[in-house]
Amino acid sequence: MNQQDSRNWIGKPLDRVDGPAKVTGQATYAADYRGARAASIGFIVEAGIGKGRISSIDTTAAEASDGVLLVLSHKNAPEQAPFGSHKDAGRFGQSHAALENDRVKYHGAPVAFVVAETLEQARHAAHLIEVKYDIEAGVFDAEAHEEDAVRPDSLDGADEADKETGNFEKTFDKAPVTVEAEYHTPAQHASAMEPHATVAEWSEGKLTVHMAIQILSDARKGLAHTLKMEPGDVRIVSPFIGGGFGSKLGIHNEAVLAALAARELDRPVRVAQTRRNLFSNGPHRTEHRQRLKLGADTDGRLLAISHDSLAAMARGYPFAEAAGGLTQSSYAALAIRMRHRIVEADIPKVDSMRAPGEAIGTLTFESAIDELAERCGVDPVQFRLLNEPETEPGSGKPFSTRPLARCLSEGAASFGWRSGPVRPGGKRDGRWLVGHGVAAAIRSNNIEPAGAEASLSRDGRLTLKLDMTDIGTGTYTILGQIAAEALGMQAGMIEVRLGDSDFAETCGSGGSFGAGSTGTAVHEACQNIRADILSRAARIDAGWSGVNSGELRLDGDRVSVGDRSLPLGDILDAVGGETFHCKAHIKAGDAHETMAQYSYGALFAEVGVDTDTAEIRLRRLLGVFDAGRILNRKTAHSQLMGGMIFGIGAALLEESLMDKRYGAFMNRDLAEYHIAVNRDVPRLEVHMLDGFDRHSNPLGSKGIGELGICGAGPAIANAVYDATGHRARKFPVHIEDVLPAVSRLVG
Amino acid sequence: MPSISLTVNGEPVSAEADVRTSLLDLLRETLGMTGTKKGCDHGQCGACTVIVNGTRINSCLSLAVGHEGDTVTTVEGLAEGNGLSPLQKAFVTQDAFQCGYCTPGQLCSATALLNEIARGEPSVVTDERVRLSEEEIRERMSGNLCRCGAYNNIVDAILSVAGEPA
Repeated sequence: MNQQDSRNWIGKPLDRVDGPAKVTGQATYAADYRGARAASIGFIVEAGIGKGRISSIDTTAAEASDGVLLVLSHKNAPEQAPFGSHKDAGRFGQSHAALENDRVKYHGAPVAFVVAETLEQARHAAHLIEVKYDIEAGVFDAEAHEEDAVRPDSLDGADEADKETGNFEKTFDKAPVTVEAEYHTPAQHASAMEPHATVAEWSEGKLTVHMAIQILSDARKGLAHTLKMEPGDVRIVSPFIGGGFGSKLGIHNEAVLAALAARELDRPVRVAQTRRNLFSNGPHRTEHRQRLKLGADTDGRLLAISHDSLAAMARGYPFAEAAGGLTQSSYAALAIRMRHRIVEADIPKVDSMRAPGEAIGTLTFESAIDELAERCGVDPVQFRLLNEPETEPGSGKPFSTRPLARCLSEGAASFGWRSGPVRPGGKRDGRWLVGHGVAAAIRSNNIEPAGAEASLSRDGRLTLKLDMTDIGTGTYTILGQIAAEALGMQAGMIEVRLGDSDFAETCGSGGSFGAGSTGTAVHEACQNIRADILSRAARIDAGWSGVNSGELRLDGDRVSVGDRSLPLGDILDAVGGETFHCKAHIKAGDAHETMAQYSYGALFAEVGVDTDTAEIRLRRLLGVFDAGRILNRKTAHSQLMGGMIFGIGAALLEESLMDKRYGAFMNRDLAEYHIAVNRDVPRLEVHMLDGFDRHSNPLGSKGIGELGICGAGPAIANAVYDATGHRARKFPVHIEDVLPAVSRLVG
Repeated sequence: MPSISLTVNGEPVSAEADVRTSLLDLLRETLGMTGTKKGCDHGQCGACTVIVNGTRINSCLSLAVGHEGDTVTTVEGLAEGNGLSPLQKAFVTQDAFQCGYCTPGQLCSATALLNEIARGEPSVVTDERVRLSEEEIRERMSGNLCRCGAYNNIVDAILSVAGEPA
């Protein structure tokens, strides 16, 4: 890349354009919004049972409490469309009605909502509400109710719940080397630093909502459907989002309650969920039991793979995570089978969390692969290279690109991988047992329909207005880079405005599709502006017709192609109009149907396990990744590191523990739900291949936000095995799980 | 309601405060300074970190009425004149944040951390002599959670300004 050429903006490690706002406290997140009218403050009262009905609720003391403006319960809640209606709009766009009747659907569901002048008043009054329940037996544990398991109608991340290529049973029976393992992966909460928050205000029957949300168009539909409104009468504003990781894909209870109360009071209502609220009023990744059966020949060639998953689904909310979905695209084998089963349960909303499917699927599968490699006596890097497929094993489709082997080889070299079969417990560093582990990362690459709108003013300033979001992903920055490159202009002349549903509808942020999809729409809109400039210029001066549009440059307020140059203002004056204004709309190309598209990575970890305490410390973590063309090397590097740290959490730290007698999550705060802190994270090493996947989109980019998480966890788990001889069967790996193996090793 | 007077970012302010109001909510709700963030309201995430009389605290764990006469610095007060402080600049160039929600707390923490080092205050990882190192920074910044995972870059940002007055 030529750093001097202003046309080559894509890939440059530009600082975030929203950086100065974020380091000075000027970036306004949802709960920071202060409108012309002072907002009253809402507080959610949660159900104290897992399933049943409210037999009585006494709100009189709360209503009489200082500063209280309104108490809503099922007795006086305004009419809404029944929860789950408008299913055709998808799970985010369906009705999310709250307080709709006396039924308690899950522990922590709202049973009342208090609005007062201040937070202190609302919180105090909330504690004055007395609720009595008729408790009913609920389903809180998928495994205990396995006899009720069904095949899900649809899965997130897989086309079919069940799929078999070849004959698994027959092939597996004949395999000379096998691994059969049952894994448990825990419930997890996305735990974005910004709790879900909403400010709702009404004006003349129209609703404006400032909220923390990843996909504005779905939020608009969800609120409109819940409140029986037209989506056009709902405006969503979300310029800054304090992290999402899937938890802000759809709307949640605080948004619905704020909107209802604001309409009743004819006054803005602000609600920020408490951290405790989030564990039941936000979504979570549910527990999975995964069973893996792998068979290979004695040379280390895979023959048969089976990946089964059992999980809970929140009753009436159609989401199930495809833990086994990616297994069919992983390695060559004669027979591959996956099977997903779900049990409807009376638990809080289960939904996407960063890399749904792959995050927990690769965690177990890549652990099992390591175990199989060991039984075959083959080096685990070599094992993976040996089993590289020519085409996607499960579908037979060609890969658009598949540089996994290069990721593995380059990673092994950079890490200093000492090849050879795994022999646990052989390395010591003082009081530490040291282990190395490797795993592959794979994440599906998707393009979603997206629009864009761009206008170029006579002074050469370009404005993009999109309902897209920047959830920390660098969207503000990279969309400017894409536009600057498309129009051969300075990135500093571009203003990117995001997070307003009045702007062009995009795909929003989720599933690692945001940058590729919206970026392509921006690219197209800028191509249209380029064509518009040239066709208008040709009407002034015929010499402009037929010029090479690829050479078009914008320098300040002038457009030039070769030695031809014109002020933009002259063109507009001659043909009329104040700006060049163009729209575009894109959708996935055919290659997303005909080819298998994924981003890839190889992760290498080094752990130390204390010989006395069995404390596990991550010492090194290295990843080599291919995500096609990198749009901004700085923000991409950061996102990959963030994904890797999620992987550390998956391997060693994170679990939401439910008391399965009552359906209640127990560790509902950040002291008990452990995410990695600064000192848990060593110096991470990130390498990005210079890829370009022309089948993905015209930019050549692929999704990157979820890739880092996909192999980091299993690489760490495999390193723990190498250090101690403990094969993880449940995650996260705890000291007490490793201690027996450590004791055996050190006596 | 009791009235309290304090200095915030160099400006004297007086306000009435509910005795239940935290310093965090005084800043955000009463004074309208929303730069300081609420991530957990339980002193577990560090998003609300501010500097009071030269020492960093979790403003969510401290009642406003306890701060009569105190001097408070928030993220809005870190910039020098019209420019950014060296740490703020380093956070931008090192990409020491993604979503930015924990950033106000990280910056207040980092600013105070450099002063702790300068004052020679030891931490659990200090051997004999207090000096700035990666391990000291990681330890001392572990009260500020970052879910986007910018920890490496936060460490680099702090190291890059360590030689300069923060």
